[in-house]
Amino acid sequence: MEKKYPELQRKSCRLRRLVLDMVFRARAGHIGGDYSVCDILNVLYNLQMNITPETFGKKGTDHFILSKGHSVEALYAVLYDKGFLSMEDLESFSQFGSKLIGHPNNKVPGIEMNSGSLGHGLSVAVGMALAERMDRTDSRVYVVMGDGELAEGSVWEGAMAAGHYKLSNLCAVIDRNGLQISGTTEEVMSHANLDARWRSFGWNVLRTAGNDIEKLDRAFEMAKECKDKPTVIIAETTKGCGVSFMENKAPWHHRVPTQEEYLLAVRELEEKEASIQ
Amino acid sequence: MKNNIANRAVICDVLMEHAARDRDIVVLCSDSRGSASLAPFADAFPDQFVEVGIAEQSLVSTAAGLARCGKKVYAASPASFLSTRSIEQIKVDVAYSHTNVKLIGISGGVSYGALGMTHHSAQDIAAVTSIPGMRVFLPSDRHQTRCLFEALLEDDEPAYIRVGRNPVEDLYPSDDIPGFSKHGATLLRKGDDVLLIATGELVRGALDAAAELEKSGISCCVLDVHCIKPLDEQTILTAAASVKRVFTIEEHVPFGGLGSMVSQLLGEKRPVPVRNLTLPDAPVITGTSPEIFAYYGLDCAGICKAVKGE
Repeated sequence: MEKKYPELQRKSCRLRRLVLDMVFRARAGHIGGDYSVCDILNVLYNLQMNITPETFGKKGTDHFILSKGHSVEALYAVLYDKGFLSMEDLESFSQFGSKLIGHPNNKVPGIEMNSGSLGHGLSVAVGMALAERMDRTDSRVYVVMGDGELAEGSVWEGAMAAGHYKLSNLCAVIDRNGLQISGTTEEVMSHANLDARWRSFGWNVLRTAGNDIEKLDRAFEMAKECKDKPTVIIAETTKGCGVSFMENKAPWHHRVPTQEEYLLAVRELEEKEASIQ
Repeated sequence: MKNNIANRAVICDVLMEHAARDRDIVVLCSDSRGSASLAPFADAFPDQFVEVGIAEQSLVSTAAGLARCGKKVYAASPASFLSTRSIEQIKVDVAYSHTNVKLIGISGGVSYGALGMTHHSAQDIAAVTSIPGMRVFLPSDRHQTRCLFEALLEDDEPAYIRVGRNPVEDLYPSDDIPGFSKHGATLLRKGDDVLLIATGELVRGALDAAAELEKSGISCCVLDVHCIKPLDEQTILTAAASVKRVFTIEEHVPFGGLGSMVSQLLGEKRPVPVRNLTLPDAPVITGTSPEIFAYYGLDCAGICKAVKGE
């Protein structure tokens, strides 16, 4: 295995710890989805996209939209790690007057588009991909959606347009953790034949293990090979991934850990980081 | 003055003139290029035109994405759908995200006449003005429409512009409107007794009513408020300072439009009796725009009757 992958696996543990501290301190947040999407963001920001404090907002830079905006704590952790935010910023999360609110907004350095109401990100990404194509740049546009989010009709308006315009510079990721606030996605609103649904809208469909750094990286590389369609990566993730007692438990969508749970989670994340060779 | 050119057609002309020298101007439609009079733009600038199909939510979000990447975006769709079906996209992707998107609500108000309430946008002013960061414009004639779009092309702020479907009589003699200001109201006529404050395509009727009322010895001041938000408070307060009564005239429901905003302003800063002439809080009667305006007293005759208290 290449050396970069264990390094990023350890980083994922540290990102989850940052999320844990933010949520525990603020007594608010969506830790389950933060943990399922954490590895996706880690790979995108550290292996795939060229977004840094120096390049952000400049021509030729990639674009990122967290359409499942409630996982913003994971994004804040990554933006801290990339140098966009300070520890003081993270500590202000959800506090009175803080710019770090419970959903992404572009007053925060490193964030381009506001989100939080589900179903907007894909169509915004379509606009970005069209703009970059008009300007003949190599910039790629990445958008991460939740699987529960796919019930929003506007997602499919965007999916239709991306397929119609064959936006190969657009890559969507579905954080397929199978859970939403009321239960499993299959109970709430079925996503049967998910791959076929996207394929029928003209997309290149890839499926990978969404909490596996190396497999995610390979999937993003494969997406770049497709030159005539947009790509959707169905990332099979585990909600709450990284802390055993949170994994696959719907209440951890937005539960806040108790003091005891916090300490257990800290220990588990530290042990996991230490165990990665 | 009779005129055969609709305001929407003027918008296309202005955008085409600028698009020829500015590659960043992009127009979006939702299967609405014909009704928006933007088909000539789509034909002349295919690389600067995006069709999203009958998908108004996608229209607005896609516009915002283009704008975030530096494009100067003009998205046109029937005002009825644009201002309500896409309202959340306007709120989040345009206003909150602060993207340079100009939303053009075509066939606004009751322009679609007999097509009924699904196609009327009698609540768009209320809906869009309620969103922080959104500006709202209703140009009154083709000349003012040109002035407005020339000015909007110079800024990078979000805006919603409502225009009607049919040609309207000229109010201004040419595209050179002295003292035109993007966010300012225009004083069309001075008067001492009554102030008529109108917007959009009902300004013509207000100006005609002022001339009629003069014959009865009632002196009317007339303001053309093409910019509802931000409201030109100073011009309105100055005009209201010397009159005994104020009437507002708009193609909109009674709540949250020009009348509400003027009443709010004058109630606080210059208390004076204000009457809002509006469409009803109900689906409107079947008819053409002029028939509907006449029925609800929003034309010259109706305004005269209201002022005379008949």
